[in-house]
Amino acid sequence: MANFTPVSAAIGGALIGLAAVLLMLFTGRIAGISGIAGGLFNPRTDDRLWRLAFIAGLIAAPFAAALIGHAVPMPQMPGSTITIAVAGLLVGFGTRLGNGCTSGHGICGIARLSPRSIAATVVFMAAAIVVVALTHHVIGA
Amino acid sequence: MPAFASLLCGFIFGTGLVISGMVKTTKVLGFLDILGIGNGTWDPSLIVVMAAGLLVTGIGYALLRPRTPIFAPKSLWPSATDIDRPLITGAALFGIGWGLVGLCPGPAIADLATLSPGVIVFVIAMAVGMAAHDLWQARGARPIEQKLATATDG
Repeated sequence: MANFTPVSAAIGGALIGLAAVLLMLFTGRIAGISGIAGGLFNPRTDDRLWRLAFIAGLIAAPFAAALIGHAVPMPQMPGSTITIAVAGLLVGFGTRLGNGCTSGHGICGIARLSPRSIAATVVFMAAAIVVVALTHHVIGA
Repeated sequence: MPAFASLLCGFIFGTGLVISGMVKTTKVLGFLDILGIGNGTWDPSLIVVMAAGLLVTGIGYALLRPRTPIFAPKSLWPSATDIDRPLITGAALFGIGWGLVGLCPGPAIADLATLSPGVIVFVIAMAVGMAAHDLWQARGARPIEQKLATATDG
């Protein structure tokens, strides 16, 4: 487990939790990124300001890290633009259909001991693990 | 003021993603690749991120549950309880997309800061997927599933 970074993972995870708690304290909202972002694309949404502000803060964090000399490198992405686009569509459609993602279900939902969120997290984790096993070890091997 | 508070929360959330390394697709895929357990390349960091996040959120939510938020009339705690077909289908589709690239919505949006062309394509496709879902739902394909804003999980 040469790549395991437990200390930074624990600090980062605690900050994600702190953000979720503060968002509930201030605005009474669940810190689910797919819900926050998805609300921007629904014409019936009438509360775009706090959503845009949260997303601006999210994007500002890597910029701030770069300012203090810890720039986030461009993430490694699949070579195929089609694969990237299909994956993006699935993530967008799936998180809206399932009402949440890694943050909304995986953190905020499980923290409330919601059976729906526990079920959703088990399903998306399992689906992702199977896809990685297939693409990294069967198709790409 | 509520918008500033929301901006601050987004910034703290994004900082957590940066420090934990969850903005790196290689780190996320290193966790999802459980076949790496056998040859020592598996990276369990994501479990630690979730555990720490759950500990803080669990305690914080328990303390906030009876309270009224500072900048809103009431807290919008999710109220849905049934494990239904849209939940499971949606989670499965999301998981497939997540496994293909290693990006979920939070890190994808934060990674826009790197100006990576691949991330920009991913986020645009994600936005299209989200809008397509809402359009499909609004057209009455799922009339029973019309949910109140308070019923969303995240």
